[in-house]
Amino acid sequence: MSVDEKTVRRIAHLARIAVTDEEVGPLGAELNTILAFVEQLGMVDVSGVEPMTSVLPMAMKKREDAVTDGGRADAVVANAPETEDNYFLVPKVVE
Amino acid sequence: MDAPPAHRDLRRVSSPNELTLADARDALKAKTLSARELTQAHLDAMAKARSLNAYLLETPERALAMADKADSKIAAGEARPLEGIPLGIKDLFCTDGVETTAGSKILKGFEPHYESAVSANLWRDGAVMLGKLNLDEFAMGSSNETSAFGNVISPWRRKGSEAPLVPGGSSGGSAAAVAARLCLGATATDTGGSIRQPAAFTGTVGIKPTYGRCSRWGTVAFASSLDQAGPIARTVRDCAILLTSMSGPDPRDTTCADLAVPDFETSVGRGVKGLTIGIPKEYRVDGMPAEIQKLWDEGAAWLKAAGATIKEISLPHTSYALPAYYIVAPAEASSNLARYDGVRYGLRVPGKDIAGMYENTRAAGFGREVKRRIMIGTYVLSAGYYDAYYVRAQKIRTLIKRDFEAAYADGVDAILTPATPSAAFGIGEKANADPVEMYLNDVFTVTVNMAGLPGIAVPAGFDSQGLPLGLQLIGRPFDEETLFAAAQVIEDSAGRTVLPAAWWA
Repeated sequence: MSVDEKTVRRIAHLARIAVTDEEVGPLGAELNTILAFVEQLGMVDVSGVEPMTSVLPMAMKKREDAVTDGGRADAVVANAPETEDNYFLVPKVVE
Repeated sequence: MDAPPAHRDLRRVSSPNELTLADARDALKAKTLSARELTQAHLDAMAKARSLNAYLLETPERALAMADKADSKIAAGEARPLEGIPLGIKDLFCTDGVETTAGSKILKGFEPHYESAVSANLWRDGAVMLGKLNLDEFAMGSSNETSAFGNVISPWRRKGSEAPLVPGGSSGGSAAAVAARLCLGATATDTGGSIRQPAAFTGTVGIKPTYGRCSRWGTVAFASSLDQAGPIARTVRDCAILLTSMSGPDPRDTTCADLAVPDFETSVGRGVKGLTIGIPKEYRVDGMPAEIQKLWDEGAAWLKAAGATIKEISLPHTSYALPAYYIVAPAEASSNLARYDGVRYGLRVPGKDIAGMYENTRAAGFGREVKRRIMIGTYVLSAGYYDAYYVRAQKIRTLIKRDFEAAYADGVDAILTPATPSAAFGIGEKANADPVEMYLNDVFTVTVNMAGLPGIAVPAGFDSQGLPLGLQLIGRPFDEETLFAAAQVIEDSAGRTVLPAAWWA
């Protein structure tokens, strides 16, 4: 499978990464190199094989359904580029 | 195997930072050395080694305060297991109130308000933090050249050459700092080989424990089903001491195993008598340099001489591990790195609307290799491709794991392989290589992450240019003890690595 320029732009948009016109060509070539490399996996017979989920069989841990943390809004927003009254500020989404 | 003549013997110690971690611990306990002296010796060495760019951030005030506390604990007879031991922390571990960048511009200035489980365990046991160590951006790389804050320069050079070499990656700062005696040991992480490859490139010891041995809580995530923390240090014993403190159950990481942690140091001198060591024939890859093959044969001979049985084994799905990794790791990375959106952390670059802000922020904040991997991950997870790529790769992981299980069921206790296909290369030497060529660095290590097993890299000799080469031992799940026992036999047989004299100081 190989990707064309249109696909590169679509993936970049899905990944929310702006790409310049100059970047599209080389990126496409690199992605195609990697996709060609992984192509060999198609030769492996995986019928009846379960996807791996853990190294040893392990029961998923559960915790009590209780509030165990919180009340630290200042710390939560401390690293945000823009905040107001402990809210994250984002550009206007709804007109 | 002759050691290059310009290198100083580690055991003839001139300054406390040249000690092994175990010897420093014993000297502190005997009060022939204070924690403050030991820490100050490291801070002095770090100040003279800034040209190596191993530390992204030095924390001298915090280090000396921690050392003073250690000295008072020792004086009071309350010394903890790592009391007063100065360590470097890979800048992927969040440290409370200390900038944590993951080697990325997108996290420049990020100061966590919490401490990673692994580093917290080290401080609980009395260790001293010297600073934060350089790495490939988000741990994605094999040479430390993808760091947004510059290359790390290896303390090693080729015989008769001053060309700067890479320390390996992604834990390149950790490996270089340990090899250059800028800390007694360092934390590191390993997703596809990021502890073992830089350890092999710098003549140091590094262990990636079993997936689930160390908590991932508070460590910046790259590929969650593969990431594991572990130590890099100058001896097998030092790694065992560090891993004992770093690991342990943690309710905050659901994949962290609820298993008691053995005192790994007690397994170091256990030997390999009666053990069966497997030699997987599939690791004899085309074009393997003769000196790597020779090193491997020598390692097997050492283990045999120490009483182990050597047995050829087959791990038939080996060649599929690397391509499957380059689906699983980018897929998980694309998901994990979605959180860097210019809203909650660090960098924000404005755009015409919110999507434009996201796109501009991520375009400016991520480096080339990270973008490439996010895009591959986004592609293989996109509509219509999920089963063909990600699910298939996870099925192949099952097959890789079954290969190992069959070998272990057949009586094999550990598996011996080379750690890397070559010695360290020069900075920029692979700049024009295609991405896959760089990925081949991990060909011997990545299978271990895919199967979740423990693996240790231990120095075993030198190449013709005087650069260190390492061997890898792979163990059964949660049997790191056998790895320490067998790695010690290799360390004893090869002779402890003589590290380069401080040409950078």
